[in-house]
Amino acid sequence: MRLYMKFLSMHIKSQMQYKTSFVFTTLGQFFVAFATFLSINFLFDRFDYVGGFSYEEVLICFAVMMMAFSASELIGRGFDRFPAMLGNGSFDRALVRPRNVIFQVLASQMEFSRLGRFVQAVAVLVYAIPRSGIYWTWDKILTLTLMIVCGAFLFFGLYVLYAAFSFFTTEGLEFMNVLTDGGREHGRLPFGVYGDGVLKFLTYVVPLALVQYYPLLYLTGRTDNFLYALTPIAALLFLLPCYVFFRFGLRHYKSTGS
Amino acid sequence: MKPYRALFRIRFANSLQYRAAAIAGLTTQFAWGFMYILGFAAFYSANPYAFPMTFQQTVSYIWLQQAFMAMFFMWNYEYSIFDSIESGSISYELVRPMDLYSRWFTTTTANRLSRTVLRCFPILIVAFILPAPFRMVLPAEAVRIGLFFISMVLSLGVVVSFSMLVYISAFFTVNSAGTRIAVGVAGDFLAGGYIPVPFFPDALRFAVELSPFGAMQNMPLLIFNGGVTGDALVRGLLLQVFWLVALVFVGRVLMSRALRKVVVQGG
Amino acid sequence: MIELKGINKTFRVAKRQAGFGRAVKALFSREYETVQALRDVSFCVADGEMVGYIGPNGAGKSTTIKIMCGVLTPDNGACLINGRTPWKDRVAHVREIGVVFGQRSQLWWDVPVIDSFELIRDIYRVDENEYKKNLDELTELLELGEILKTPARSLSLGQRMRCEIVASLLHNPKILFLDEPTIGLDAISKIAVRQFIKRLNEERGTTVLLTTHDMQDIEALTERIILVGKGQILLDGNLAELKTRATEGASAEEMVAELYREYEI
Repeated sequence: MRLYMKFLSMHIKSQMQYKTSFVFTTLGQFFVAFATFLSINFLFDRFDYVGGFSYEEVLICFAVMMMAFSASELIGRGFDRFPAMLGNGSFDRALVRPRNVIFQVLASQMEFSRLGRFVQAVAVLVYAIPRSGIYWTWDKILTLTLMIVCGAFLFFGLYVLYAAFSFFTTEGLEFMNVLTDGGREHGRLPFGVYGDGVLKFLTYVVPLALVQYYPLLYLTGRTDNFLYALTPIAALLFLLPCYVFFRFGLRHYKSTGS
Repeated sequence: MKPYRALFRIRFANSLQYRAAAIAGLTTQFAWGFMYILGFAAFYSANPYAFPMTFQQTVSYIWLQQAFMAMFFMWNYEYSIFDSIESGSISYELVRPMDLYSRWFTTTTANRLSRTVLRCFPILIVAFILPAPFRMVLPAEAVRIGLFFISMVLSLGVVVSFSMLVYISAFFTVNSAGTRIAVGVAGDFLAGGYIPVPFFPDALRFAVELSPFGAMQNMPLLIFNGGVTGDALVRGLLLQVFWLVALVFVGRVLMSRALRKVVVQGG
Repeated sequence: MIELKGINKTFRVAKRQAGFGRAVKALFSREYETVQALRDVSFCVADGEMVGYIGPNGAGKSTTIKIMCGVLTPDNGACLINGRTPWKDRVAHVREIGVVFGQRSQLWWDVPVIDSFELIRDIYRVDENEYKKNLDELTELLELGEILKTPARSLSLGQRMRCEIVASLLHNPKILFLDEPTIGLDAISKIAVRQFIKRLNEERGTTVLLTTHDMQDIEALTERIILVGKGQILLDGNLAELKTRATEGASAEEMVAELYREYEI
């Protein structure tokens, strides 16, 4: 942990060398999130409900996903940029150092401009929380926290999966965007509104719905079953195959080079 | 014309190398398009009359948008251009006996076209054979298809000439990363990349329709799905021509000023 | 002690097609070919020895180094370095080796060099006192001084390479691998780097294995050279031996060129 803080301060030092760039990219990131927010806003201009959810409830959904996503990007950027790390040889450098490889990849990149998105998500959440009609008891607060934290871990797992794939191919990784960027972008609406097929996929295959739709049902009082509030924890199981696959990819790398 | 053609062919062959990337891109776009459509479907099922377009029109709009994505969206920048400006290797470009504006314009257009050609057919084919509510339908009048193609070419021109302004702005700013993200997102949003322009609040919609953004993907897509007809259609096409000419003109002027600056500073 | 015995290594690479028509065809099928990067490579390096590992581009030099560093696993064969197999016992192994990849930097581009050093100290868990002593010594030897407070991006290539080498030595490794350490350096920097490597070997007894294309590196540093071509070891001997075989009065450069021609590599 101490070493991670050391890396953190190095990254901050580096990025502060380019303050204007940092400010502009952060603003840019803010805009990206804002466009999504605006499209929700415009649609609800003509509508009061989607799939039974109100504007404020959808906003909570949007904010939770955006927050989880940007938090995972902030810390997991090293895995997101992993193909580049393989390409420029800095992964070989990591391998000749006496530390855990996953830790080194994690520490190799931190992208603070993603705070632009995070801040926006916080603002939206702050706006929506009092207006959502939810009576905020401790269990609801716990549910919301679980959604965000476990959501961040789930997105992080997807990055690890993406990095693992890049051991085998440098092309064709774009399809992972459906899950990461797609999860964020389409996660602005509760996954239940996309129909049964999508919901099943996002429950059993890539459990994004476990950190979004099911706990949201509990949060908004559509169900009293407390198990729904705990589904985000189950989503963490997804990290296991991601990790195993990464280790597998690493073995492959060591035997094929490239 | 010959050097431009050569440039075009190289770009094209280059993009073709990446088979897996193309397949992955297709899958991505299908999934993405479906999610959009399903999302809209949820809104429509709540109240189908609150929308300015029928569900069918929206479906056609989205598939067409996915099929021609590489052509229509601003964020498809040519990153090598930013690199050459920021690293200063632009001075080598100036040595070549080709006008730089036309060079960049050709490269950008070629790249966008080649990516589109690779991707549009599979998407279109599938979109036409999907089951009923998600199927894309051809316009009733054949003339619309012709107009669609004309408008699409114009909109490609507008998008490229607009992104030229973003490239050129890199000469004047210390750092283009922020500009390129902000302009890219704002542009794509206003052009109807996130939700179709007719879904905007009326005042904004009116302003956008007159702006260069309304002359981008908005026009061809609405012509195809029947969202714009009659006088509005003619006016839209004329606006596209106007913006194309205006943007190229402004771009060329700014470019020559920027290059003078480079020459003075010694690149 | 470094011991390699019968190391084989193959890579599978996709063929890239040239031309427009072929590019279209490659969309649907792709051909692969197997490249034998190393074929039955065996050699031993004793503690405190300095060895030059030479050969033309693509001969397998980097692959060998990567295997010895634990980055790559060979198809078969044995490799023991200080009693460990690098790819099996990676963490313990890399603690005792230092690596300089001449073409890639391990320094942080935008922060002062000293910060990079301190990070490396923490990564290797080097004891503070030992680190200080070591750093002082190295800084003096390489005349770094003020340079340490400069960000890597503002250093000249020669200064940066000296810092790279120091960075690889902060944990006091027993073995140092140098992959093209003098590439792109000017004459003064080259001499400084060579002198430093020599002193390091003499004073600390560090085993050094370096790859290079610069024959003057070899002449200045090593008695022993190992020549690889097409993945095989073609020659393992010393410079004096080579001189007797070569044309009278030939420079080291010419001798190696002769060798390359002789072995058709």
